[in-house]
Amino acid sequence: MTVELAFWILALVMVGAALAVVLLRDIFRAALLLVLCFFTVAGIYITLNADFLAAVQVLIYAGAIGILLIFAIMLTRNIKEGNPFNRLKIPALLVSLLVFATIVGVIVSTDWTTVTGASQGVVVPVGSATTGPIATALFDQSKGFVLPFEIASVLLLAALIGAIVLVRDRNSKE
Amino acid sequence: MHFGLEHYLILSAIMFCIGLYGALAKRNAVAILMCIEIMLNAVNIALVAFSRYLVPHAVLLTGQVFAIFIITVAAAEAAVGLAIIIAIYRSRQSVDVEQADSMKG
Repeated sequence: MTVELAFWILALVMVGAALAVVLLRDIFRAALLLVLCFFTVAGIYITLNADFLAAVQVLIYAGAIGILLIFAIMLTRNIKEGNPFNRLKIPALLVSLLVFATIVGVIVSTDWTTVTGASQGVVVPVGSATTGPIATALFDQSKGFVLPFEIASVLLLAALIGAIVLVRDRNSKE
Repeated sequence: MHFGLEHYLILSAIMFCIGLYGALAKRNAVAILMCIEIMLNAVNIALVAFSRYLVPHAVLLTGQVFAIFIITVAAAEAAVGLAIIIAIYRSRQSVDVEQADSMKG
């Protein structure tokens, strides 16, 4: 019951913040509301028994990506332009409503109780901490994700170098 | 309806479509990137909801592991995307995606 109440409050705040991100004229306020939206997603993770992921969400999304976006807005802000719509406003609305109707139709018509996936992967009981078991799920010899983990670290290194190369000022030779 | 997986999946669908609408209909490149982050968050909600509800009375951690990988890719995407936007702003003094059309045929 408590989880259900928390879900509804978090869902309402989240959808409101996301709509404000899309509809607000001031892009700086939109970025701040996006950070609020990230925080509510962390709350949703807690209602889903994902405590480690909630901490990661606050650290990486609300912290790192939020600050990065605000920096980019400060560096490129054009006050008089703001955050306008392009001329695809109505077609984009139709397309996203169509996608939404399709997804909801599939969700409602699928019988989720017949789906089982417990044969593979690490399973923990509801209500227990997930930080330690996630390490097992990532690094276990037989059912782990060691190779994707290593590829992710190479991806982060490539993104780091790529970002530095892209924003380097090419005119100043030292 | 019994409270469960469907609620989270429909919340995820709503968030995904808000993000899709913004990504298609915005002119500011930073706003488009923000809407893409909303879409990635929506997918993460769906994955974590599957990890919680697919196995009865237990949490299957594979969904959370996938969500961690998506967060990694989103961080890399935000860094490179914002670097590209700042590079475009340097050369054109604008982040309007409709003016960045030099590759248009």
